[in-house]
Amino acid sequence: MRRRNRLNRTVELSSTVAAMLAVAVLLIVVGSVLLKGMGALSLHFLTTPTALFGESGGGISNAIVGSAIIVGIAAAMAIPVGLLVAVYTTEFAPPRIAQPVRFVLDVLNGVPTIITGVFVYGLMVAGNQQSAFAASVALAIVMLPIVARTAQEVLALVPPTLKEAAHALGIARWRGTLRVTIPTAAGGLITGALLGVARVAGETAPILLLSSIYGQGVHTDPTQALASIPFFVFQSSESPSPAAHTQAWAAALVLIAFILALNIVARAFYARSRRRMEG
Amino acid sequence: MRLIARQVEQRLPSTPTSEPRREPQGRDVGNVELKGLHAYYGSNHAVRGVSLGFDSGGATAIIGPSGCGKSTMVRCINRMHEEVAGARAEGEVLLDGLDLYNPAIDVVAVRRTVGMVFQRPNPFPTMSVIGNVTAGLRLTGAGKGEIEDRGREALVGAGLWDEVKDRLEAPGTGLSGGQQQRLCIARALAVEPEVLLMDEPCSALDPVATLRIEELIGELKERVTIVIVTHNMQQAARVADTTVFMLDGQLVEIGPTDKLFTNPDDERTEQYVTGKFG
Repeated sequence: MRRRNRLNRTVELSSTVAAMLAVAVLLIVVGSVLLKGMGALSLHFLTTPTALFGESGGGISNAIVGSAIIVGIAAAMAIPVGLLVAVYTTEFAPPRIAQPVRFVLDVLNGVPTIITGVFVYGLMVAGNQQSAFAASVALAIVMLPIVARTAQEVLALVPPTLKEAAHALGIARWRGTLRVTIPTAAGGLITGALLGVARVAGETAPILLLSSIYGQGVHTDPTQALASIPFFVFQSSESPSPAAHTQAWAAALVLIAFILALNIVARAFYARSRRRMEG
Repeated sequence: MRLIARQVEQRLPSTPTSEPRREPQGRDVGNVELKGLHAYYGSNHAVRGVSLGFDSGGATAIIGPSGCGKSTMVRCINRMHEEVAGARAEGEVLLDGLDLYNPAIDVVAVRRTVGMVFQRPNPFPTMSVIGNVTAGLRLTGAGKGEIEDRGREALVGAGLWDEVKDRLEAPGTGLSGGQQQRLCIARALAVEPEVLLMDEPCSALDPVATLRIEELIGELKERVTIVIVTHNMQQAARVADTTVFMLDGQLVEIGPTDKLFTNPDDERTEQYVTGKFG
């Protein structure tokens, strides 16, 4: 009796400590980035392109624009394909096809991003030149399994009775999927897309290989290599100058704030979707 | 029926549909006949050779213990049975003489002619009250002007109009359970089926809501052939003109409801209706 209570308390305590540790890690990371980056963060920093080598000041407007273009193109490729893959596996594919597809997506999700980067390098950059588009392709590959797997989970939560109701009304299968299943799951599908964007926004390894040699100033041509926030953080933290280090922290703060905000919005959409499916 | 007949004519121009097309005068449409119907889930033989008829202008209740195949049999009539993975059916299901399992027939057309209401109310959560009622029309490509009117008619028909006329644009899931079920009935009625299958439509409802649906069935059976699966023998006695008793996937007895409950021919029927098993 007493032993059971002791055991109970030990398990409860250790799991609580583990949970607090996880929260603490996030708080420490966010907190230290906030502390060290806050100082250099200003409107000027956000709206000015990176300074030339040797010059002081400068900001990350070129990196913000570049990141937006790279991630935007990646999302435009990965989100529709990911959603279609999810719709196919949950609504149309027989189990003997759906399960291997799910497994492949999990494996793809586990592929180190540097390998994805090398693959795209070999495919598009070798013998050619770096481009933001190549980086987008790599990020789309990283994003695809995240979007598809989340969408699968959410579509599987749509009550089968709704699909049944649509069938029983004589609504064709594709139309039921388009007008009943997908709208019901919409919140969760948006969640998956946002989590995918949040995941790749900070991705650095493919960028190093595919979009790291770029000109000064703000550029928008995706056939050229473009600056990006993760690469700016990497480059500035490698620099010997303390001012560059502060800039790296500030850029990191911008990136982490963006990812945090996306996660919070994603959660809100997910909650809405759940309410809808349970209500 | 006209819809299906038209399809068969289009697809099989050489096949004589033997029967002259019947127009809905005096409602002699919506006669369902099962001939040697077998239904399987994989190797599980759920319905074992049932032959019987459901006549238009009446309500037929199907009773029997859990797992006797009553829901499965009903789901064969609108071919919802085949939606389950590994499920299949054999035999004939005739609607006004036309075999619904004829390969030339589009399953979607079957379901527009044979509507269904399920155990639990299942309004579409993303749609308003009126959106739910007209879902079948909108998503099967009916004309725009027609949609509104038929949606309204269906709500009146399902006895829901007075309760929802001021909140047609509110979400369908905001209604009470009983109202949601009548909304689902309205949704099924809006596509103007000739047969309405009801699979234990009151099992998730309270007694007052149940009574309301039973009254509705009494009104609706003038317009559509009603086949209702029920666990509740009192309900069968209240709503049905004809009652079918099933056991182990087989038809035991079919007859006028009062006869089946008071003076059944089969001993097993008597044992079941008197509560000796089930």
